Amino acid sequence: MLIIFYIFAALSVFGALGVLFLRNPIHSALSLVGTFFCLGAIYVMLNAEFVAVIQVLVYAGAIMVLFLFVLMLLSSKDSGDYVNKWTIGKILAGLLSLGIFVQIAGLFTAENLELGPKGTYPLEVVEEVGSIALIGRLLFTDYILAFEIIAVLLLVAVIGAVVIAKRRFQ
Amino acid sequence: MDILLEIIMIPAVLALIKIVVIILLFALPLGTLLTLMERKWSAMIQDRVGPNRANIGSFTGHGLLHLAADGLKSIFKEDCIPRGANKFLYLLAPFFGMISAVAIFSIIPIAGPIGDFTFQVADVEPGLLFIFAITSLSVYGAVLAGYSSNSKFALLGGTRASAQMISYEVFMGLALMGVFMVYGTTRVSGIVDGQNEYWFGNLIPMWGVFTQPLGFILFFTALVAETKRPPFDAPEGESELVAGYFLEYSGMRWSAFMLAEYIAIVGVSVLMTTLFFGGYHVPWLHLWESAPQWLVTILQIIKFSIVTIFFCWFQIQLRWTVPKFRFDQTMSLGWKKLLPLSLLNLFVTAFVILAFA
Amino acid sequence: MTDMTTLQSRNASMSSNEDSTSSVMTIEIGPAHPAMHGIVRFTTQLDGELIVGMETEIGYLHRGFEKESENSKWIQVIPYTDRLNYVSPLLNNIGYSMAVEKLYGIEAPRRAEFTRVIMGEISRITDHLTCLAAVAMEIGGFTFFLWAIKAREYLWELVEEMTGARLTTNWTRFGGNSTDLPDGFLSELSDRLIKLKDVMAECDKLLTRNKIFIDRVKDVGCFSKEDALSFGFTGPLLRACGIPYDVRRADPYSVYNELDFEIPVGSTGDCFDRYLVRMEEIQQSIKIIEQAADKLPEGPYMTDERMLRYPDKKDVYGNIEGLIDHFKLVMEGHQPPAGEIYMPIEGGNGEVGFYLVSDGSGDPVRVRLRPPCLNLVEAMPSMTIGHYVADIVAIFGSINMIGGELDR
Repeated sequence: MLIIFYIFAALSVFGALGVLFLRNPIHSALSLVGTFFCLGAIYVMLNAEFVAVIQVLVYAGAIMVLFLFVLMLLSSKDSGDYVNKWTIGKILAGLLSLGIFVQIAGLFTAENLELGPKGTYPLEVVEEVGSIALIGRLLFTDYILAFEIIAVLLLVAVIGAVVIAKRRFQ
Repeated sequence: MDILLEIIMIPAVLALIKIVVIILLFALPLGTLLTLMERKWSAMIQDRVGPNRANIGSFTGHGLLHLAADGLKSIFKEDCIPRGANKFLYLLAPFFGMISAVAIFSIIPIAGPIGDFTFQVADVEPGLLFIFAITSLSVYGAVLAGYSSNSKFALLGGTRASAQMISYEVFMGLALMGVFMVYGTTRVSGIVDGQNEYWFGNLIPMWGVFTQPLGFILFFTALVAETKRPPFDAPEGESELVAGYFLEYSGMRWSAFMLAEYIAIVGVSVLMTTLFFGGYHVPWLHLWESAPQWLVTILQIIKFSIVTIFFCWFQIQLRWTVPKFRFDQTMSLGWKKLLPLSLLNLFVTAFVILAFA
Repeated sequence: MTDMTTLQSRNASMSSNEDSTSSVMTIEIGPAHPAMHGIVRFTTQLDGELIVGMETEIGYLHRGFEKESENSKWIQVIPYTDRLNYVSPLLNNIGYSMAVEKLYGIEAPRRAEFTRVIMGEISRITDHLTCLAAVAMEIGGFTFFLWAIKAREYLWELVEEMTGARLTTNWTRFGGNSTDLPDGFLSELSDRLIKLKDVMAECDKLLTRNKIFIDRVKDVGCFSKEDALSFGFTGPLLRACGIPYDVRRADPYSVYNELDFEIPVGSTGDCFDRYLVRMEEIQQSIKIIEQAADKLPEGPYMTDERMLRYPDKKDVYGNIEGLIDHFKLVMEGHQPPAGEIYMPIEGGNGEVGFYLVSDGSGDPVRVRLRPPCLNLVEAMPSMTIGHYVADIVAIFGSINMIGGELDR
């Protein structure tokens, strides 16, 4: 089992690197799709089938297709080579990423590694009730506020998209 | 012999055998036969004879040999790659549609379980969501084919396909929520077994088509649109975009697109059977209590096949009866009619379940 | 329909600065494209799916009909006219022969005129059937297409019986027709018309009230009366715009003023109106054929005028007048009096007009065809801009462009 995990983990890291280093934006996007797949596989091994399916369905099946959709229309006119220039923004972003990386690395190498509380529901319960039912119950009870906030956020995004699209056609 | 049996009973090996059997003995032959059935049936609708020329000596098999002839022709045709095409993606694209079309069969039970043995490759908990996840990948086939062909017609087809398929996935999922709510599970076996209950004594089976009539229509519409079959074949757009996203393909890769389409027809029919027509359950068979197990299984397979073939036929009939939607009409049908209706279906179903449960 | 002027101005502004992030894509539709029956090229500019610009290029089927005619005898032009509108060749034959007859100042015998009306209306039906079938097929109604082609086949068999050919009819002569009705033609005709009516009823049921079909053609390619007139529309498209102009009524030729028929008109000039007008005109043509078959008089089918008809073989070999006439007709050709005339008839697509100039010799000085669909194809950009790319097929199909007639 562990071997499979390592295979998928390595593949997902490779995919993520591909996103960064491939020159063709379409290839980058496809590489990201591969990463999502490997993450989905890892979720399956964690017995979180529902999360795995949603990961593939939403990210690989919908969001990345929209990315591709946009990239296809833009790169069909060939936007030319991207020039690599060092700007303050890039340097700041690099430093920030380095900081986060150091923090995560420190967290994992620390002696008193605190992984947080174990899940409320043991594996047996999950298998009996089904993870969909459990996730649904949690979403609509304990995390209802976060759920509602996200819903409002998405609604705002939708309205924004409609406004932008409408302005273009007037 | 015992060792062989033991190897077969290893779950992974058993699953593999089931995959091979279901796909090679059910999906592929039916999909291939459908290409002939479509031509023959459309010929019948249109007062024609249909294919009847391919022959070995005097044997034509009512056009059956055309299948072999078409296959041979595709294999021997040149596999053209247009200049300026993105070669890697161009060669990759035909497989996505095929994979997602075939994957539907992995969770469909074609007969009831005998003891521990199930006629189903895998009964995963997310069930149909898994199907959605896999079918949502079929859009990559169209998008990548459209993008990589270096053709404007293909590009337009690809953009149409991606917009249409992403949209109809939404309605597909929403239309099915009612079914999930009625049978209380996303597991396919659970939904199939739920349809083996009866209303009014033993009068009406609780099939999805009776418990979710609106959901049935919506889901079928969304599925036909998702497989880009007429009347929703704007991505192909044969009159204005020539052949849409797979315009530049030839030979076996072109055949892969076509075969994927026909397997998807079978996939759609199989899903409709499983979700709305009781799956493999033969209605009122439980009244005959002394029925031998083998007979029940055979009857179940026959019933499952008949309903599946009916839906295959229905999709063909649909294609040759109605004109096609324009692309924007497809989209407005989805977002302005199917979406509100499926939400309404959702609310009404939830209300009924809460009120009467 | 989106406001046309703003679209055009936007298109102009976009083409003026190409380096901006314009989303306009130029796409060549035609000359080899499944929707281009005949060959014609539309250089179309698309903003997404929306058509923002279009240029039409014609001439891919130019054969030099008019110049060829000047180098032929008058009678030798008749076979060339077969190839003008090749879905209704008889109408071109009739139009050209009537133009030459007008030049001569004669009329064909009444039996010949009635036969011409019957065959002309049959050709009109085949023309309309072809157009309707093409429109239906291009928006997905393949079954309608084959049914209509089946109905057309019934009529083409009649044409074949009458003229010996389906397309290369070469049927009319100056002052009559080359053949009279074959035996049993009229009973065959009425059988075929009954079959045709059945097929048309089926087709009507299949498509006319189909919601998808109506959505595809309604309000697509609308054209106002004023625009239609200024573009010089004639035929079903003009009538679909609401102007009841039909040469058969406006300038009755042949025996049309003795026949009772109606001229269907539309209101908005969109593709649906064009479809309905053509469907109704088929019914009216059937009515005309039935009346003409009833009224068909006995008598000669070809004039007896010397120097118009070729003498019979027994006269050619039997007496000197016949021999001389034949010699002169063959060597010098028909010699209509000097002058120029314009003779319009109602073709399948509209006014088919022949403008002929004669100097009294056996060679035409000028044979000019007014092709009805040139004006229609010219209006393609104004009809399509502001619509979606998929509407091109519906609009172009309903125009019923015939390459042979357009490019001549």
